[in-house]
Amino acid sequence: MKTLTYTAAMLVASAALTGAASARDQVQIAGSSTVLPYAKIVAESFGEVFPSFKTPIVESGGSSGGLKEFCRGVGPQTIDIANSSRSIRESEIAACAENGVTEIQEIRIGYDGIVFATDIDGPDFELTPKDVYLALASQIVVDGKAVANPNVKWSDVNPDLPDWDITAYIPGEKHGTREVFEDKLLEIGCEEAGDKQVHMDGGMDKKAAGKACIAVRKDGRAVDIDGDYTETLARVDSNKTGVGVFGLAFYENNADKLKVATVNDVTPDTETIAAGEYPVSRPLFFYVKKAHLGVIPGLKEYVEFFTSDQMIGPDSPLAEYGLVSAPDEERDEIRENFADGKLL
Amino acid sequence: MSDVTTTPGLVSGTTQPKRDIGIKKRYAAERRFKLYGLLAISIGILFLLLLMWSVISKGYTAFQQTAINLPITFSEDIIDPKKERATNPQVLMMANYPRLARDGLLAELGIDPTDKKNRKLVRAAGKMVSAGSRVQLRELVVADPSLIGKTIPVWVLASGDVDSAFKGQVDLSVEEKRRKISDQQVAWMNQLAEDGTLVKRFNTGLFTFGASSRPETAGVGVAIIGSLYMMLIVLVLALPIGVAASIYLEEFAPKNRWTDMIEVNINNLAAVPSIVFGLLGLAVFINFAGLPRSASLVGGLVLTLMTLPTIIIATRAALKAVPPSIRAAALGVGASRTQMVFHHVLPLAAPGILTGTIIGLAQALGETAPLLLIGMVAFVVGYPSSPMDPATALPVQIFMWANEAERGFVERTSGAIIILLGFLAVMNITAILLRRRFERRW
Repeated sequence: MKTLTYTAAMLVASAALTGAASARDQVQIAGSSTVLPYAKIVAESFGEVFPSFKTPIVESGGSSGGLKEFCRGVGPQTIDIANSSRSIRESEIAACAENGVTEIQEIRIGYDGIVFATDIDGPDFELTPKDVYLALASQIVVDGKAVANPNVKWSDVNPDLPDWDITAYIPGEKHGTREVFEDKLLEIGCEEAGDKQVHMDGGMDKKAAGKACIAVRKDGRAVDIDGDYTETLARVDSNKTGVGVFGLAFYENNADKLKVATVNDVTPDTETIAAGEYPVSRPLFFYVKKAHLGVIPGLKEYVEFFTSDQMIGPDSPLAEYGLVSAPDEERDEIRENFADGKLL
Repeated sequence: MSDVTTTPGLVSGTTQPKRDIGIKKRYAAERRFKLYGLLAISIGILFLLLLMWSVISKGYTAFQQTAINLPITFSEDIIDPKKERATNPQVLMMANYPRLARDGLLAELGIDPTDKKNRKLVRAAGKMVSAGSRVQLRELVVADPSLIGKTIPVWVLASGDVDSAFKGQVDLSVEEKRRKISDQQVAWMNQLAEDGTLVKRFNTGLFTFGASSRPETAGVGVAIIGSLYMMLIVLVLALPIGVAASIYLEEFAPKNRWTDMIEVNINNLAAVPSIVFGLLGLAVFINFAGLPRSASLVGGLVLTLMTLPTIIIATRAALKAVPPSIRAAALGVGASRTQMVFHHVLPLAAPGILTGTIIGLAQALGETAPLLLIGMVAFVVGYPSSPMDPATALPVQIFMWANEAERGFVERTSGAIIILLGFLAVMNITAILLRRRFERRW
């Protein structure tokens, strides 16, 4: 018992001492679960190609969670890179600055598409933002008046759609994906349907009308999924007439189980997204703490490796996984900006 | 109920009148109660079997891995085209090893990689071999540079897509462009399987590899080491602190408002959601004490805090169970209170304390939530050499694999669950055996 207590005391003491003194020799990354698979591929290849550096540690935790850790301060016990599926917000930049993180470099790694998919044996779905809005909004305008969404079947929304009960599994409000879903589908659909104008004519200001447009119905026909796409897939698997929202990469990995819907008659794939034809896509980012460059071994090399064409080019492992590569000039610009030390 | 017993006095004199004390009713009640009990247990067993069946039926395939036996030519032209390895050892580290594996497969399939017409085939074949061959072949060459120029047979892992297809987890009846493996690759796979070069072998990698974005090279090695470090820290810290606290509270402390309050707090802490301990760990150990993120030391400390109440409660119960006569006898023959505790009470309570500790450890082993905030839910490839290095834990690895998109991770998730269940079963059986072996009854 005595020796045990001594060992315990020693362990705590040594830990406290070494912990305070040691600098890190390994890049630490946290953030978006959408960027996570890409960051993992790069981190793993980085460790294999540069055996002199340790493989970076990649945590998940969501875009907001990652940026919060990122803005905690400067020093080896804070992370070096935050992955994000949306661009950093003004409030986050301010929070960063308050803690001494003033020099942030933004790196855009490519684009991600958001797709609707149904069970593989289902009929073809040809959606438009207007259909999505009319099927999933909490209130729609009927005969000039806003009423609780009366649509029960997809065929009520648009006679060309299948005669299925509306059940959609959409990303929960914590997800970065939700923002894109709201901006690129609900809001645009609302405008196309003319409902936004009706809201505004009815006395709402622009902001309130936008908010009314993106409110999702809460009667159980639109189900928020707070987990990952794996959960959405399981829901679609068990409810064969459900429609799920997925990332392009996840869909491509499970294309033998899912059938993808077109939006505005465009089938989502890497080409249509890169060309900007498929409307529901978003850029993916990571943010680098400039103060850590040159202090944390391998950080600069990791960023350079990530932005190189062998990782994010059109024929790279990330593209194969489902990332939509940015156009050539944009990739050159990303690399130049990083080399020049361009800040936010 | 028969008429005879209920109508006393009808049969004169010979039989004594019986009082109805409801014997049959009571027997029936007992039978009913037994039935309810049986029903409750069967429901429990049914769900357990369902869980085991779903985990094992999905996970048993993870213990096998498809590998291809290829004649690898360690060609100098590919590894070291400029012949500078004597002066620059970096060359051996950076060489294009995946190409060696690809060329080996092409040789096995009889395809000429130099022929321009075969470019598509060469690409398709290259994707059948795991990219993990880079590290595997590099280690071979670095360990023995004389291999360069020779051809030796090497077992190379097949890529995750081939592995899933070979195990029948990919629906090959859907059209070709909807799946990750092409008809050509399936044909090659079947051809190699017929020759006996592509076989399923025991998956040692599942136990030795760290995290990976490729299912075929992903394993729970780092997670097991991280979990072991944490268990060790929990044992070394929580056991002495917990036992000392309980002995003081049970044997020495006066019974007053303060000790009552401490007791209430301990019982409360045992029920606090574990994520709260994660928040505490982040604030105290990482932000205040400056310990490194993602390290198993911090994880161990957080889990220690979480396990302490469990151990204290179990230890106090074990101490209470020692009969007061033993204490009285020890004090009666002139032992001091300390001698009484350490010579008599503690040894008799030891089995109960150990059982409580092991159950607390098992609980800590299965915990993910507190580790999230201290950065242990992370992708860690390299083995930790000390508790200060980044690591992850077994349940965390399961959680992370469950979120992966690739088919190959589905079986691995269940495989890792089987491994975790194995560890938990061993710990709980140990607890039961210890109790059986040392328990004293009065």
